[in-house]
Amino acid sequence: MSEVRDMDAPAGANPGPRRRFNWVRFLEAYALLAALLLLGAIFGALRPEAFLSWANISTMLGSQAVLVVLTMALIIPLTAGDFDLSVASMLTLAAMILAVLNAQMGVSLWLAILAAVAAGFVTGVINAFFILYFRIPSLIVTLGTGTFINGIVLWMSGSMTISGLDDALTDFVVVRRLFGVPLAFYYALALCAVLWYFFEYTTPGRRLLFVGRGREVARLSGIRVDRVRLLCLIASGVLSAGAGIMYAGTIGAADPLSGLTFLLPGFAAAFLGATSISPGRFNAWGSLVAVYFLVIGITGLTILGIQTFVQNLFYGGGLVLAVALSQLVRHREAQEFS
Amino acid sequence: MNLVSPRPRVPGQPPALALRHFSKRFGGAHALNDVSLDVMPGEVLGLLGQNGSGKSTLIKILAGYHAPEPGAELLIHGEGVTLPLSAGATERLGLAFVHQHLGLVSSLTVLENLRVGSIASHTRWWVNWGREHRRARETFARFGLDIDPGARVADLPQVQRALVAIVRAFETVRLPGREQAGILVLDEPTPFLPAAGVEQLFALVRAIVADGAAVVFVSHDVDEIMQITDRATVLRDGVLAGTLVTKDATPDAFVELIVGRRVQMFQAPPHDLSHAPVAAAVQDVRGGALIGVSMEVRRGEILGLAGLIGSGFDDLPYLVYGTRPADGGVLRASGIGERAMRDMSPAAALAAGIVLLPADRLGAAGVGQLSVADNISLPVLSEFRSLLLNWPAILARALALGHEYDVRPNDPRMNLAALSGGNQQKVLLAKWLQTEPALLLLDEPTQGVDVGARQHVFAALAAAAARGVAIIVASTDFGQLEQICDRVLIFARGAVVAELTGTAITKANIAEHCLRGGAVGASEAAPAMAQGFGTT
Repeated sequence: MSEVRDMDAPAGANPGPRRRFNWVRFLEAYALLAALLLLGAIFGALRPEAFLSWANISTMLGSQAVLVVLTMALIIPLTAGDFDLSVASMLTLAAMILAVLNAQMGVSLWLAILAAVAAGFVTGVINAFFILYFRIPSLIVTLGTGTFINGIVLWMSGSMTISGLDDALTDFVVVRRLFGVPLAFYYALALCAVLWYFFEYTTPGRRLLFVGRGREVARLSGIRVDRVRLLCLIASGVLSAGAGIMYAGTIGAADPLSGLTFLLPGFAAAFLGATSISPGRFNAWGSLVAVYFLVIGITGLTILGIQTFVQNLFYGGGLVLAVALSQLVRHREAQEFS
Repeated sequence: MNLVSPRPRVPGQPPALALRHFSKRFGGAHALNDVSLDVMPGEVLGLLGQNGSGKSTLIKILAGYHAPEPGAELLIHGEGVTLPLSAGATERLGLAFVHQHLGLVSSLTVLENLRVGSIASHTRWWVNWGREHRRARETFARFGLDIDPGARVADLPQVQRALVAIVRAFETVRLPGREQAGILVLDEPTPFLPAAGVEQLFALVRAIVADGAAVVFVSHDVDEIMQITDRATVLRDGVLAGTLVTKDATPDAFVELIVGRRVQMFQAPPHDLSHAPVAAAVQDVRGGALIGVSMEVRRGEILGLAGLIGSGFDDLPYLVYGTRPADGGVLRASGIGERAMRDMSPAAALAAGIVLLPADRLGAAGVGQLSVADNISLPVLSEFRSLLLNWPAILARALALGHEYDVRPNDPRMNLAALSGGNQQKVLLAKWLQTEPALLLLDEPTQGVDVGARQHVFAALAAAAARGVAIIVASTDFGQLEQICDRVLIFARGAVVAELTGTAITKANIAEHCLRGGAVGASEAAPAMAQGFGTT
């Protein structure tokens, strides 16, 4: 009750920048992290030998780094008010470009990586062109380009899995470890730190937030709204390509379909992440916590012997519950996406 | 003067619409106080009054948006109706509204728009489009209109859209099985129409009245009221100021009723700005409703822009800021020299020290779900940037500005939407004034701002002007212009028709010039008003 009185301080009161610790805010921000630890503790107590083994933990951290990177690719345009549904297809395309160029055509790994990143850049530009020039809702455009890219991937690969990638890639993604955890995890962690710094502590990051929350306000404040949205979509394309490269490195091959299953977990993590750490905003650390919350839940249930369909229950349910939760916790207005 | 005139009565026929003792209070203030009026079948009743006179409150009670205070009665064709009305009930009662924004779906055809009501309510499974098409043609022909029912509304000129909306309203309340024709409320349908279009619209109104409908015609424009109405009722400050039979009345009689005579408020003597340098000047601006406006504003001057809705007075700030496209004209300002108005953009305006505080407070001026500190810091983020944005400094700045502008409660972490309208406006003023602009453009700066907060907003504007900021305020709140402006330009039909300075800036005088659309020359009116208050 004391918090409520605090909010309703009499008019003219000047509480100053120092004020009492806000427990409600604190609990809201760290509830998901607490839930993650609790979930881990429960599974750990039920199956200590399987779940708490270092092998399992390091595998979870390393293998889901791809999902972390993909979620980062999502939250950039989401913050600016645009959906990018083509990220998972872009991931698959990047992995396949890498495989076709490097494994089939013998192009050097670095050149192949460069080509994959360039493809991400081009996809971002194409998405932005249709969204901004024709003023089509991003949801529709990226649904279309995503499916189109799938078609390209199937055509490039002949619907086959292509293996035989340069060992250096797998080496630098999952084989090498630091403190027993694959390097992939540290790449994802570094990306989170960069995005957190960008969103919180740079002027472009702040402008991005205004573009997403109030396009007209941003425009009237002199922000070049269309240019910001273009850059966000390009960043999304490039980061999804990065996720694709990591994915190829994780499994040492590229297949035309499995990458597509990252789309829903990515969205679930982005929206669930927006309920924690900086509640009400898409944010990097919140997304990281959300990814591992979902992963621990699924890994734990699988270890308990529950069938794999539980993955879909968990991700799908998680997405809708996360959005409902963020609406509930504080009566936040729905963010408009175009 | 006998203000209550005898109503034209057909023996034995009750009024189509009779309002008795309509009152509405918002907070402590009466927006509408014991208003009663009748509209006869076959009559056009004008409803006039300034902003805040209670016109729109009355219409909103009729439309079922507001519940009147207890004691109100409403009779339709002599039969009592329970109040408050539910929003859907009005059509069944034979009462239809055409608002300024018409309510047409512009991407659908005329016919689909005409039939949207019956399609929504009919239980029949299929629609016979051939027959509907024929019936629509017949209806239009009956009113002498040449409109293709198959045309898309978006492809019609503005006039025809208004006509379609009126025909639709008339048809929905003239459903078979009802003996009387319905009652139409036309809520300011004309401001966006050219003169020839107004004529067409009036012809249609006369035709539907001849068919037996009763029409309530809401307008600001005395000339239109003189042309189309049989009688007109004037509201002022929420009470019925009087009803005149139009053919016996003069425009002057109406203007007098609308404006009223009121005690002159004290006003500080205007300071001499004639030697102050010009901060910005525009020449021959065209765009929006404007058809060629030239004006200048000096450093330290507060310039008011006033006019009726549609006169274009509120286009100027947005055109200068470059957020609405201009068709032509030249802007001269100290920051950018001379520049074609077409090339203006918000970024260019900001670079020249021109800032805009738009009327749409949480839609265009600030973001409600972000904090006060976020909103305030947006235009000055670069000041706080080194390697990291300096958040403690941003919060300290927001706190200091909140103190200076008397924001209550002064907590920069609060979301902007959690503040009252007046405090939001103080925050947004602080947001722009901290950039020390050369020219501040404002549109309706005190809309939805309570009286107390208004004084702080005015004080902030006066302080900025004293520092040399040139300020342009577009507003329909004439009392506010009287309080703060050094000079007021009156707009009508896209042009400046009068300039008021010094003691000529009174609420009544501004209203009079707006209502007459420049028919009063400054030579006549301004000195007369000045003499009336014993100063020169």
